[in-house]
Amino acid sequence: MSTAVAGPHATRAPGFWQSTNGKKAVMAITGAILFLFVIGHLLGNLQVFDGPARLNAYGRFLHNLGELLWIVRGVLILCVVLHIVATVQLWARNRKARPVGYKVKKSVASSYADRTMYWSGPIVLAFVIFHLLEFTAGTIHPESRFIPGDVYHNVVAGFSVWWVSAWYIFSLILLGMHLRHGIWSMFQSVGLNHPRHTPVLKQAALWIAILITAGYISIPISVLAGWVR
Amino acid sequence: MKLTLTIWRQRNPGSRGKFVSYPMNDVNPEMSMLECLDVLNESLIERGEEPVAFEHDCREGICGSCGFMVSGIAHGPEPATTVCQLTMRHFKDGDELVLEPWRSRSFPFLKDLVVDRRSFDRIIQAGGYISVSTGSPQDGNDIPVGKEVADRAMDAAACIGCGACVAACPNGSAALFTGAKIAHLGILPQGKPEQDRRAVRMVAQMNTEGFGSCTNIGECTGVCPKEIPLEVIAKMNHDYLAGAWKERHKVVTAITPVTDWELAKK
Ligand code: HEM
Ligand code: SF4
Ligand code: FES
Repeated sequence: MSTAVAGPHATRAPGFWQSTNGKKAVMAITGAILFLFVIGHLLGNLQVFDGPARLNAYGRFLHNLGELLWIVRGVLILCVVLHIVATVQLWARNRKARPVGYKVKKSVASSYADRTMYWSGPIVLAFVIFHLLEFTAGTIHPESRFIPGDVYHNVVAGFSVWWVSAWYIFSLILLGMHLRHGIWSMFQSVGLNHPRHTPVLKQAALWIAILITAGYISIPISVLAGWVR
Repeated sequence: MKLTLTIWRQRNPGSRGKFVSYPMNDVNPEMSMLECLDVLNESLIERGEEPVAFEHDCREGICGSCGFMVSGIAHGPEPATTVCQLTMRHFKDGDELVLEPWRSRSFPFLKDLVVDRRSFDRIIQAGGYISVSTGSPQDGNDIPVGKEVADRAMDAAACIGCGACVAACPNGSAALFTGAKIAHLGILPQGKPEQDRRAVRMVAQMNTEGFGSCTNIGECTGVCPKEIPLEVIAKMNHDYLAGAWKERHKVVTAITPVTDWELAKK
């Protein structure tokens, strides 16, 4: 090794968004907003079990919100964009952080859901796009007819196609895994950790994720089973 | 007992490395991993071969010099143990152990199992201290510290800077180390006055080095020989977010990471 001394070259430090910590805080907050949406959306959707009149009235109510609907959509789109831009940038950075990999590497402490955030996220994204085209825009409605305004009909017709339901169920299981890690991780990212509450939160995250997934997939299962038609 | 050590051999950063297998026939189960390498090195020297380079100093698990991957786990399979404290009785007769150096962009490779961890020094330099005026010391009892507070600070202060957390992290993040260094001072009253500045500057240096970002999965705590808890990462995030807001008008600088041989090449 040479004897040259590495001089301390001062550089301007990375700012909030350039720092990994800042990006993670943004991911946590946008993730939390998306999480609230996921819960709200579930509660709305479960009205399918109350029959066509109730669900279609709910659909009309949302469409009659006018500007408010667009504000909510705007916030959600902004959250999705920020969440994904941070994902892509952190992913690129993490790839570079270990240029030479290991011959043998074992995981000792993390779960499958923890390690697959960078898989579950993008698959959920692909699903959300498909889902919006199918049920909101109505541009994709394989093997079924899309009737604008008749939400109930569209849901039943859409889910009667087995592979549409299968893709929906698969994606929601991944969303559940995403949330199983995300629900507690977002607290950690904004600096909240408590010796007593955090272990409870981790357990709760598992159950909340299971409940959300079960709630959503109960709909295609009920359609396929013929309980909702 | 019989063991096969498959070790990463590379003379210097510029040369090509490869794994070389060394069968060992008379390993004493009471030896530590490092003593096992000592025995191997003696036989290598007798045969006129280059001994395996590895870092060590205290050999009692407190200095943080030693560390490499043992069959895919930083510091080997025993929890809360450094390789200098890892005794061979934990392995079975006939096992093959794969020894690899820490792999991280911010730990440039030096030789065999040795990497350059000065990125950690630069993070500490950026704020991992408290400023105290010289003169006669204040009476210790002047600053009351609760037992729980002292315990939390002590748990974080146990970090020996070995680098296993970075090595084990799939993202190559130094969050556990930096968190431990920010937390052990920030928790105590003596560290409070400089808390904002410390968190902002140490996080800035951490991000200037090439470390990855934390995904809160906890591989680091799993291999940490001092079992530093994930709580310190939340503490770092907390102090950083608060500090970044309070110190938003200040210009923060960091040190560009440069290694000796990169400079020498120029
Ligand atoms: C309904 C949609 C979504 C919800 C509710 C959601 C929620 C969350 C939450 C709460 C976190 C934890 C944040 C943290 O650790 O600070 C998170 C992390 C993450 N999300 Fe999402 N997310 C959603 C969609 C997506 C999409 C579409 C992608 C990718 C294209 C994605 C990629 C990620 C990744 C990679 C992480 C891990 C980040 C890290 O730990 O560094 N997510 N998500
Ligand atoms: S946090 Fe643990 S693993 Fe990381 S440097 Fe400190 S002692 Fe080593
Ligand atoms: S040699 Fe000091 S900790 Fe292992």
